[in-house]
Amino acid sequence: MTHLDGNALAGLFADTLGIEITAAVGRCGSCHRNFELARAHAFVTAIGAVLRCAHCQDTLVVIVQKPHEVLVNLSGLAHLAMARP
Amino acid sequence: MTSPLRASWHVGRVARRRRETASAVRLELDVPTWPGNHAGSHLDVRLTASDGYQATRSYSVASSGETTRVILAVDELPTGEVSPYLVHQLAEGDELEVHGPLGRYFVWIPSESERSPVQLIAGGSGVVPLFAMAAAREHEADHAEFRLLYSVRTPQDVFFAKELSALSKTTVDIVYTRRSPPQSPRPPGRLTRESVAGFVFPSSVAPRIFVCGPTPFVETVAGWLVQLGHDPAQIRTERFGGSG
Repeated sequence: MTHLDGNALAGLFADTLGIEITAAVGRCGSCHRNFELARAHAFVTAIGAVLRCAHCQDTLVVIVQKPHEVLVNLSGLAHLAMARP
Repeated sequence: MTSPLRASWHVGRVARRRRETASAVRLELDVPTWPGNHAGSHLDVRLTASDGYQATRSYSVASSGETTRVILAVDELPTGEVSPYLVHQLAEGDELEVHGPLGRYFVWIPSESERSPVQLIAGGSGVVPLFAMAAAREHEADHAEFRLLYSVRTPQDVFFAKELSALSKTTVDIVYTRRSPPQSPRPPGRLTRESVAGFVFPSSVAPRIFVCGPTPFVETVAGWLVQLGHDPAQIRTERFGGSG
């Protein structure tokens, strides 16, 4: 499966989290590198998306869309830094 | 228009549709609640079937600025769920649900402090957001130097052909991979690292680079750019996949 850029998840993030965080700088919890989430690798399927670190390929974010709820797992991120709204 | 533009769902109406290439249409949507968008941003289109099934796909916006007329150019992926409907069935007057403007990363925002040259590199329909940037550049009196390198199969596959030839502030180089126009000095062929080096700004002038196209095109070109000495932090990419 080929990947897209994290940028492609802008709509999904806005819909599920209420904020658009593709320009936010995330820190990978595994390799500890910092990068804009738009630069991470996005794998998109009909039921959701997985965002992986472009450097170490470890999982940063998983979003699963179920019929009546959305599951968001951000445990692969050490932190996120974004501009104040 | 430097403030963040909040994304939300909107209902647009197709004001105009016309054929863009043999496999693509240009859709002009009137979206009364659209807050405007930066050049290069995208939106999600959501289709809902009568049984409630929904399919959502992302499309780059070819227009920019504070306008409620939103222009898309959609290439058909024959096995896709959304693009065949947009290309063949959606008619003028029809309504469409759109979510945007999206993406604050793959955008060009004119700024007084950032005047380094801008290099745009497109593969196929990946030209859409880059065309939006070049078109936005036309409205800036004095700004960064722009170049567009556009890889496309044949002259009939060129998006925004008339508009690209009318650009006065962007140098446009079109490379044909399958068939060139009759008088073309260059035989058809894919880009190579050496030909890319000949077309793009050298790394010595530290251009900001935007690359958009299918995933293999973007991977290949971005890899060459790094080999040619460009700073990876200056390269922004937007890949598109095959789910259409």
